[in-house]
Amino acid sequence: MGMTMTQKILAAHAGLKEVKAGQFIEMNLDLVLGNDITAPVAIKEFKKMGAEKIYNKDKVVIVLDHFVPNKDIKSAEQCKISRDFAKEQEITNFFDVGQMGIEHALVPEKGLIVAGETCIGADSHTCTYGALGAFSTGIGSTDMAAGMATGQVWLKVPSAIKFNLTGKPNKWISGKDVILYIIGKIGVDGALYKSMEFTGKGVKELSIDDRFSIANMAIEAGGKNGIFPVDEKTIEYMKKHSAKNYTIYEADEDAEYDQVIDIDLSSLKSTVSFPHLPENTRSIDDVGEVKIHQAVIGSCTNGRMEDMRVAAEILKGRKVHPDVRTIIIPATQAIYKQCITEGLAEIFIDAGAAISTPTCGPCLGGYMGILADGERSISTTNRNFVGRMGHTGSEVYLASPAVAAASAIAGKIADPSDIVK
Amino acid sequence: MIVQGKVFKYGNDIDTDVIIPARYLNVTDPKDLASHCMENIDKNFINEVKDGDIMVALKNFGCGSSREHAPIAIKAAGISCVIAKSYARIFYRNAFNIGLPILECDEAADKIEAGDEVSVDFKNGTIKNITKNETYQAEPFPEFIEQIINADGLVNYVKNKINNN
Ligand code: SF4
Repeated sequence: MGMTMTQKILAAHAGLKEVKAGQFIEMNLDLVLGNDITAPVAIKEFKKMGAEKIYNKDKVVIVLDHFVPNKDIKSAEQCKISRDFAKEQEITNFFDVGQMGIEHALVPEKGLIVAGETCIGADSHTCTYGALGAFSTGIGSTDMAAGMATGQVWLKVPSAIKFNLTGKPNKWISGKDVILYIIGKIGVDGALYKSMEFTGKGVKELSIDDRFSIANMAIEAGGKNGIFPVDEKTIEYMKKHSAKNYTIYEADEDAEYDQVIDIDLSSLKSTVSFPHLPENTRSIDDVGEVKIHQAVIGSCTNGRMEDMRVAAEILKGRKVHPDVRTIIIPATQAIYKQCITEGLAEIFIDAGAAISTPTCGPCLGGYMGILADGERSISTTNRNFVGRMGHTGSEVYLASPAVAAASAIAGKIADPSDIVK
Repeated sequence: MIVQGKVFKYGNDIDTDVIIPARYLNVTDPKDLASHCMENIDKNFINEVKDGDIMVALKNFGCGSSREHAPIAIKAAGISCVIAKSYARIFYRNAFNIGLPILECDEAADKIEAGDEVSVDFKNGTIKNITKNETYQAEPFPEFIEQIINADGLVNYVKNKINNN
C-alpha cells in the first residue's frame, strides 16, 4: 500500500521502509524548537532526565517571542532560564530581543528548516513549516526535553485528509481565507490526529506566505501537520533563505486518504471566524454589523511581508477609525526593516496605527493590546477562544490582513473591496 | 491502578486557554498553575476539587496551544484521571508524558454527570459509575503508551534510555 507524503518523511526518519497509519514509531529529528513559555519547562525536564548535553547544538532552536521584550518581572525571570541554558549549551540558534521574531516566521526565514526534514516544536503552530514540504508538528515541553536529549520523538503515524485545490483566488483572498474556510467546513476536530495534505493545480496559485498561513492553522482543525508539495516557489524560497540540502518527497499514487476534499480557490470569499471557536466562520457577506474596538495585524499566521503589504495597500492614504486601536506587528526583524525600507511603516503611522517590535503579544492575551470586558477585536491571529486576547467577556474575530485593515478603517468588520474601490 | 472520585463535567472543545489562561503562563510552578485551572469557565472548580476527583468532557478536550501547563494544572489540582470522547493531539501526548492518565470513552462521556462518583481501573480501561450503578468500557492504553506509563512518564522513559546507552 502506498504512503502519503507525511508518511514517507516519517518512514525515512524512523529508518523504516514503510510505515502505516496508527503505528507507533521513534523518529530522528532535524530540528527541535522551544520558546520563552515552553522551553523553561522543557529545560527542567531535560535536567530531570539526567541529560547533560543537548544532542546537537545546531539543531536545537530557542526563540523568545511570547512575552519579550519582557513584559513583567515574572517573564523576565522565566526568560532568564532560557537565556542561561542557551549560553550553557552553546545553542547556535538562540534568538533574543533584537534578533528574535515570532518563531514560526523566523525559523523558515533563517533557513533553519527545509523540505523533507523533521521538526518538533514545543508550540502548537510548529505545523507551519509544512508549507515548505517538511514534517513539523507541535508537541509539549516534555517531548521537547526528550528531543533535546536524544534527537528523537515518539509518534503515532497519522492517516491523512487530502485537500485538492483548484482555481485561482480572487483579489483580497489569501491563504488565511482558505484555511478559515476549511476549518469552517470540517470543524476544529475535523482533522484530529491526521495530516492535512494540500495538493492540486491550485497550489501554484498560492504564494509561500499563503502556504505558511494555511499550514500554520492545521492545528486549529486538530491536525497533526499540514503539508504542501514542493514546487518552484518552494525551491526559490529555500534557495534564498537556506544553505541546507532539501529532499523532495511525494505521496505515492496509491496512497490512502481518509477523505478527499475539493476546494475551488476561485469560489472563496473573505472569511471571518466568529467567537469563540475558529470553526464559527462566516463569509464576509454574512457578517452583518459588528463594531470593533481593536484591530491586530500580526502573529505567526499573518505577520509576514505579504501581509504587511496588503495591509498597507488598504491603509495607504486613509485613516483608521478613531474608535479602533490598530496594532501592526511585523513578525520578524527582517520584515520590520523591510516595512521601513518599502515605506510601509510610514503608511501605517500616517494611518494612525501603532507598529511594534516583533512579539506574540496580544495574540495570546500577553500584552500590547489586551481587551476589556465587552470589547471586540478583529485579528489576523489564529485563535478566538474565550479570554484569548484579554477579559473573558471580550471577543476575537479572526480574519485576513485585508479584512483586518479594511475593518480598522470602517470601525466595524468590513469587506476590503468596499473600502478600496 | 484504580482511582476514584467525584466528577467535574465539561462540554465539547475545552481549549487550553480555558484550562489555564495564557496570562498565567509566566509561571511554571504546578500549584500556581492549578490555582487558575478552569477559571475562565468554572470559577468554583479550584475551590471544590479534591484529590482523586475525575474530570469528564465531550469531544476534542485540550484543543489549542501546546502548553504542557494545561495537563500539569489539571494534575496539580488533584484530578486523577480525565475521561473524554476525544482529545486534541498535543494534549493527548502531553498528558501521558507528564503522567496524567486519560481515557477515551464515548459512552462514559455521554452518561456520566457532574457530581457522580466514578472509579476507573487503568489496567483494563473499565469505568464504574458508582452513583448510577453503570459500567463503561474504554480502550486500554496502546502498548507503546503503556511503556511510557510504566516508566512513570516520558522523563523516566528517556532517563532509562540515556542510562542504557
Ligand atoms: S503568534 Fe500567537 S499563535 Fe503564534 S506562536 Fe505567538 S502566541 Fe502562538
